[in-house]
Amino acid sequence: MADDDVVFVDGVRTPFGRAGEKGMYWQTRADDLAVKALTGLLERNPSLPLERIDEVAVAATTQTGDQGLTLGRTVGMLAGLPVSVPGYAIDRMCAGAMTAVTAVAGGIAFGAYDIAVAGGVEHMGRHPMGLDADPNPRFVAEKLVSMDALNMGKTAERIHDRFPHLTKERADRFALGSQQKYAAALAAGHIQHDLIPVATQSAAGWGLATADEAPRPETTMEGLAGLKTPFRDHGRVTAGNASGLNDGATMSIIASAAAAKEHGLTTKMRMVSFGFAGVDPDIMGIGPVPSTEKALKKAGLSIEDIGLFELNEAFAVQVLSFTDHFGIADDDPRVNPWGGAIAIGHPLASSGVRLMLQLARQFEQRPDVRFGITAMCVGLGQGGTVIWENPHHKRYGKGI
Amino acid sequence: MAIRDEFPRLAAAEFDEVVTHSHVRDVQLASGRTLALITLDNGRDHTRPSTLGPATLFELGDTLEAQRARGAAGEVDAIAVTGKPYFLAAGADLSNVGSLPDRETAAELPRLGHRVLGLLHEAPVPTFVFINGLALGGGLEIGLNADYRTISSAAPAVALPETFLGLVPGWGGATILPNLIGIERALKVIIENPLKQRVLKPADALELGIADAMFGPASFLESSLRWADGVLGGAKVDRPHVPGTLERTVKWPIALKIARETLEKRIGKVALAPYRALDVIELARKNDRAAGFAAEDAALADLIPGDQFVASIYAFDLVQKRAKRPAGAPDAALAKPVTKVGIIGAGLMASQFALLFLRRLQVPVVITDLDQGRVDAAVARIRGEIDALAGKGRITTDEQQRLSALISGTVDKADFAGCDWVIEAVFEELGVKQQVFAEVEPHLSETAVIATNTSSLSVEQIGARLAHPERLVGFHFFNPVAVMPLIEVVRTPATDDATLATAMRVAKDLKKNAVITRDTPGFVVNRVLAKLLGEAMHAVEQGSSFEDVVEAQRAFGFPMDPFVLLDLVGLKVGAHVLDTHHGAFPDRFFESQALHELAEQGILLEKDGKGEVKGIDKRARRIVAKHRPAGAVALSADELRVRIEDGLADEIKRMLDDHVVEAAEDIDLCMILGAGWPFQMGGITPYLDRVGASGRVFGGTFHQPPIAGPKA
Repeated sequence: MADDDVVFVDGVRTPFGRAGEKGMYWQTRADDLAVKALTGLLERNPSLPLERIDEVAVAATTQTGDQGLTLGRTVGMLAGLPVSVPGYAIDRMCAGAMTAVTAVAGGIAFGAYDIAVAGGVEHMGRHPMGLDADPNPRFVAEKLVSMDALNMGKTAERIHDRFPHLTKERADRFALGSQQKYAAALAAGHIQHDLIPVATQSAAGWGLATADEAPRPETTMEGLAGLKTPFRDHGRVTAGNASGLNDGATMSIIASAAAAKEHGLTTKMRMVSFGFAGVDPDIMGIGPVPSTEKALKKAGLSIEDIGLFELNEAFAVQVLSFTDHFGIADDDPRVNPWGGAIAIGHPLASSGVRLMLQLARQFEQRPDVRFGITAMCVGLGQGGTVIWENPHHKRYGKGI
Repeated sequence: MAIRDEFPRLAAAEFDEVVTHSHVRDVQLASGRTLALITLDNGRDHTRPSTLGPATLFELGDTLEAQRARGAAGEVDAIAVTGKPYFLAAGADLSNVGSLPDRETAAELPRLGHRVLGLLHEAPVPTFVFINGLALGGGLEIGLNADYRTISSAAPAVALPETFLGLVPGWGGATILPNLIGIERALKVIIENPLKQRVLKPADALELGIADAMFGPASFLESSLRWADGVLGGAKVDRPHVPGTLERTVKWPIALKIARETLEKRIGKVALAPYRALDVIELARKNDRAAGFAAEDAALADLIPGDQFVASIYAFDLVQKRAKRPAGAPDAALAKPVTKVGIIGAGLMASQFALLFLRRLQVPVVITDLDQGRVDAAVARIRGEIDALAGKGRITTDEQQRLSALISGTVDKADFAGCDWVIEAVFEELGVKQQVFAEVEPHLSETAVIATNTSSLSVEQIGARLAHPERLVGFHFFNPVAVMPLIEVVRTPATDDATLATAMRVAKDLKKNAVITRDTPGFVVNRVLAKLLGEAMHAVEQGSSFEDVVEAQRAFGFPMDPFVLLDLVGLKVGAHVLDTHHGAFPDRFFESQALHELAEQGILLEKDGKGEVKGIDKRARRIVAKHRPAGAVALSADELRVRIEDGLADEIKRMLDDHVVEAAEDIDLCMILGAGWPFQMGGITPYLDRVGASGRVFGGTFHQPPIAGPKA
């Protein structure tokens, strides 16, 4: 193990809420969600001297209003970090928090940082997707993308078109599995450890958000089959086999192995490699395939070396396009063993770190697994992948 | 039975109350326990703090009863109360005290508070109050009644200001607090702080033991809930200041005695509330809640319908509301920008002005005098004051350098060229003031405003030699300039609206309260004080004893007796003020040759080595006796009191008839802010109404209806 290895020290998130007026965070500011996640993260890592944090990178897709004003700086100040700690905002749509992690990881590997905070927030109730966006008319005029490329649901329908064998029934079954796996993980107590409770304001007084709001454990195949297909008449993508619209924030501490050791911080994962890649925006959901191939190649690993997959479930079919590509069964137990975004929710730019903290927990329980990946698709045709090594594995740090 | 049914008179009374609602939500704690969280929220934004009126308390009481029942049934493991963002509660709703129809209804108010807040005590499950923001008076007492308290480190203030307003902390505060934090600390919170108009910061509340734990604002409620969970799980809460037997038996009576003596020395015995509070605190020694609450009920039942409390609320409203929207002010939009200030004079007063204008307006300030040496000395003195502020940490080094760079001095009046506000602080003599303005005016733009700080001269005459007298305004500060909150803004017949508006804006920017007066001798404060001091000197010249004169004025509850006041303003100044007023109104104001002689000799009070007043200097008595005219008539203290009351009522009625200010309220505001006259007098006119002086003098009252509590 080298001193400039990059490690995932710890990660937390707020419970994820349902976006909109009936959601638990309707009257809670987006930046406050991020602040509470960060405060909770710092409180449970008391040995970290705050002034030693070299960077705070916070992602959001819609960087206006309470998600504007350079989140990394404002969230750090509001959470009580010393003014000497810098920060910035970052955006790669759904892969925002993932990019925050890889960006600070790059800085650590280069030696510019010892310790950094990376996370993301998206309050989709206050910032509906695409609100106030002003796409350049050239995209359409020059047919750079089809009209469908700007509507994520339609891009998912297009994956069904391209891979007819990835049927609606398979997508629904995967979605049902996500709900059931999440419910089982919750019952087993795997989810709660990394949730930071959030005091929520409402017309009925203060409450405390302690659990995810979106999961539907009562889901059945029959119920899924009967849902509308809002993106296309007689289509295949439904609210049941896609992630929802959600509010939430995530935060993580990323450090050099040397700094983690110096301050007595935990090492929950070691970053092995990462990769981002672009694909045809019309089928953006397939993005994790080339990004994963890139990351595997950089790491000198093959897909068979990966023991756990935390894949963001933007859409069931989009996950299936990934597993199908790599010859992994739809119900392979290595994939999203505790369920995914279809059950938990997907507050866009926050989700990357949610994948990581979940993988880190699984590593603890699975010393037999040496490598895992977190991967996700990104709007306008991108994918992102990070490969992690499990410190609990007997060959940890012994070279690949 | 609903709580309101237990209080039929309050339930039947009509109040215009902004009701603070009690919302309840169940919260799951990490341990798996359930906590019923009550949020106090009046549904308004941050400009309207939550307050506690009868309807609010009825609702809170019913809510607490319901949660206690759930606690008893094992449905919830704890009950907690917190507030809407930034506020727990700003205390009892005082806006309706004037609507209390009778004494019996008033007497229900303390009992209602005890009934409702008391539900947080000895409940079936532990109770918590999370002080998330401002908690004053009854707001803090919600917390004191609960078993445990946390406080946000960002709460702007925590206090029990009741005695300042003529009440006692009577919803449990005066009884519970000393038993929670000890006698000396409780006296500081309940008696000393209100007197000094001080509040506690959250760290103070924690240190005093009022709060058991303090958390940062970023996750205050989350942290408080986690802490509460810990307490429910058996974590020990340390209460190091809870008084022990020794404190109760030995320290308690001594502390009370000292507090009583200190209070008498500071404010006399007229104000009732602090002494009633001391009585309740004394009783609290026995730690008998029922007896303490009964004493609180009795105290408030007497005080709430009392004249002093009603006058205090009147005064509080003047200071809070009327002072911020001065009567007779022109449209604020007419105010001209002030980007550079010129001060004529380089004496002590000029330096005080310079420092104040620098700090508050943060614009270049030029001082001028005839003598370069005096100018240089003044600039050095001002920079020294700025450095001292930085040394004390009151301003940053950046601010220190910014302010130091803004001050300059000159002997060349041409350097006033860019000034759009010029104020003089030169010798109080008409010719001198006329001359300095005449010298400066040619260098000023036509729109620059000229202000005079005269206290006794005619502003109009000061401007007689100006080319543009419409830009002249009186701007009368009170000493010490940095501390006293009042400025009398004097409008002459020539003063135009833009000038007046500018003066009002400058006063506001200086963080002072301005009252607009006509250009009449002494304006308001000095004229009223001249009446009082003239009567005092006249009485002793006539053969009344100094002690009788002091006794005669004691009934009012003035902050100091007339001779201490004369000593404070300076005997020469005092004699001059009396001369001026006698000159203007020879049949109503006394001049005093005795005072002139006292001033020349510098003799009046006898003081000890520390400067404490011990009485009247014997030589002063002899000097005054020398000036006794033939046929002098010495009045008794009682006769003197009536004479002073009637004299004040007469003079103030004349001032109002002469439109010196818009209304009696403005006279009261001036006396409260400019002379520190107490809230319990309502300034002065409510007092004159209630002692019958107004009726004796002009057969009416200054206020309709009079500012007084219900007699029935």
